[in-house]
Amino acid sequence: MRRIEPAAVLGVMSREVANFRTFWRSTTFSSLIEPMVYLLAFGLGLGTTLVTQVDGIDYVEFVGTGMVATAVVFASALPAMFGTFVKHRFQRTYDAILAAPVDVEELVSGEMLWIGLRAGVFGTFPLLVTIGFGLEPVPGMLLVPFFAFVTALAFAGFGIAVAGSVAKIDQFNYVTTLVITPMFLLAGTFFPIDQLPEWAQVLSQLNPLHQLVVLVRDACFGFEPTDLLRLAGLVALVFAMWRLAVRQLTNRLID
Amino acid sequence: MAAIELEGVVKTFGPIRAVDGLDLSVPAGICLGLLGPNGAGKSTTMRLLTGQAIADRGRLRVLGYELPARSKDARARMGVVPQLDNLDIDVTVEENLAVFARLYRVPDIAAAVDRALALARLGDRRGDAVDELSGGMRRRLLIARGLVHRPRLVLLDEPTVGLDPQIRAEIWTLIEGLRAEGATILMSTHYIEEAERLADRVALMARGKVIASGRPGELIAEHAGRRTVEYYAPPQARAAVRRAAEAAGLGVRSAGPALVIVGSERAPAGLVPEEAITRPSSLEDVFVELTGEELE
Ligand SMILES: Nc1ncnc2c1ncn2[C@@H]1O[C@H](COP(=O)(O)OP(=O)(O)OP(=O)(O)O)[C@@H](O)[C@H]1O
Ligand SMILES: [Mg+2]
Repeated sequence: MRRIEPAAVLGVMSREVANFRTFWRSTTFSSLIEPMVYLLAFGLGLGTTLVTQVDGIDYVEFVGTGMVATAVVFASALPAMFGTFVKHRFQRTYDAILAAPVDVEELVSGEMLWIGLRAGVFGTFPLLVTIGFGLEPVPGMLLVPFFAFVTALAFAGFGIAVAGSVAKIDQFNYVTTLVITPMFLLAGTFFPIDQLPEWAQVLSQLNPLHQLVVLVRDACFGFEPTDLLRLAGLVALVFAMWRLAVRQLTNRLID
Repeated sequence: MAAIELEGVVKTFGPIRAVDGLDLSVPAGICLGLLGPNGAGKSTTMRLLTGQAIADRGRLRVLGYELPARSKDARARMGVVPQLDNLDIDVTVEENLAVFARLYRVPDIAAAVDRALALARLGDRRGDAVDELSGGMRRRLLIARGLVHRPRLVLLDEPTVGLDPQIRAEIWTLIEGLRAEGATILMSTHYIEEAERLADRVALMARGKVIASGRPGELIAEHAGRRTVEYYAPPQARAAVRRAAEAAGLGVRSAGPALVIVGSERAPAGLVPEEAITRPSSLEDVFVELTGEELE
């Protein structure tokens, strides 16, 4: 019984679903309202006076499509970090799960898949809101939940690995300040990264959120051949983060 | 074949030797009480048995499966009730049970949940969030969750710690029922009465080792004789009796305002003052005789 058993992974996910049923209303509400607030603010504040178009796209549509990445990172990395820490340290949930025939690898896989699915759905909300603000629906958009799902898997793995590595919950501040916030600001959501200095543009190519922003915009305004490469990069990152999360959480959970 | 076999098991945490050369065998079908004071290594032993701690040295077999390599097979057939409550408190009673029925790959989830609800006598609270239950109900649910897949072996880590006496009695009834069904039980506790009431055999654990094991009655007869007296008196009076008892080679100790003389039936005539209280010797007396430490 060494391999990963789907029954164990599904069991872990079913626990998340049972918990999610107790708070889905508030999460859904904020996931829908937040992009509206952003788009109204940016549309009114910048869109009518300073900027109206970026790269030939309406500024509201530029920000709206970019905000898929914002929604994804906030629905994946942060819940993974805080959720994992709380379940391990305060609720001792993982003690209960690992006493059942579930290995850390299956536990991590279940948690990542659930966060990925959830963020795949919630990550699409800004796009739906932007369509409401006038973006023209095209078939390519059907791939957006998938792009969001893949990126969220990587951030979920990252968040779990972080939670497995820190000694105290306040150390998350370092990670949000030094990793999440810069990634989120330099993803190309609010301004195009080709305005940045050369070195920052090179760095941005390593930013998975930037890759997601490009994939989503291309899904809305036309794919490029390089998009396949971007997707392959994200998939490779998912695998690396999965292994890292398994390793860090094993160290934390098995004495 | 024994349900649990541990040989020379060592588990250290840095400088702390939590389990330090533990030998323990639990035959199938009995309830073994693992009795020891705080920090004796009871919970660490339980974690070793579920593969949540990996031994530095020694051999561990659970239900015939070698640990840690076959730990998952062993866990599939074993039920675990932890010392600290780890239920999902926002989720309903029945969903807590259903999740674990899934984790244990139970084929008929609904039937398993109904059975566990009946066991915990929580049928009428099935739709309530765990948050709304009383402490005793929560503990019953925690035990029922560990039994949702009808395990052959059950690990109970301090099943009644911190509960008031009435709830403790309820939990004892539940465990007695389990024993009657023929499950093998390993139960850690530091309550003498719990071990004496429920355990077919006890293993006394101190500083990571089993220092004595056997049927409670046999252990008591061997190490603490039949009777023990407690003598409540002013310090000078106690000191005199203490010297006499020590000279006679009896086990003596102070317990608060009392002098305790173990195996008092062997005392020379006239040694035990008439106003002293005589009671049957207990596992507590055995424990103190062997380690010099109190249990509770
Ligand atoms: N994860 C850990 N890291 C460091 N030390 C530990 C760890 N787990 C247990 N210990 C130490 O190992 C020793 C045995 O602890 P354990 O919890 O097994 O005792 P116990 O018999 O269950 O005690 P109690 O009756 O208080 O529950 C203690 O000194 C404890 O501090
Ligand atoms: Mg303990």
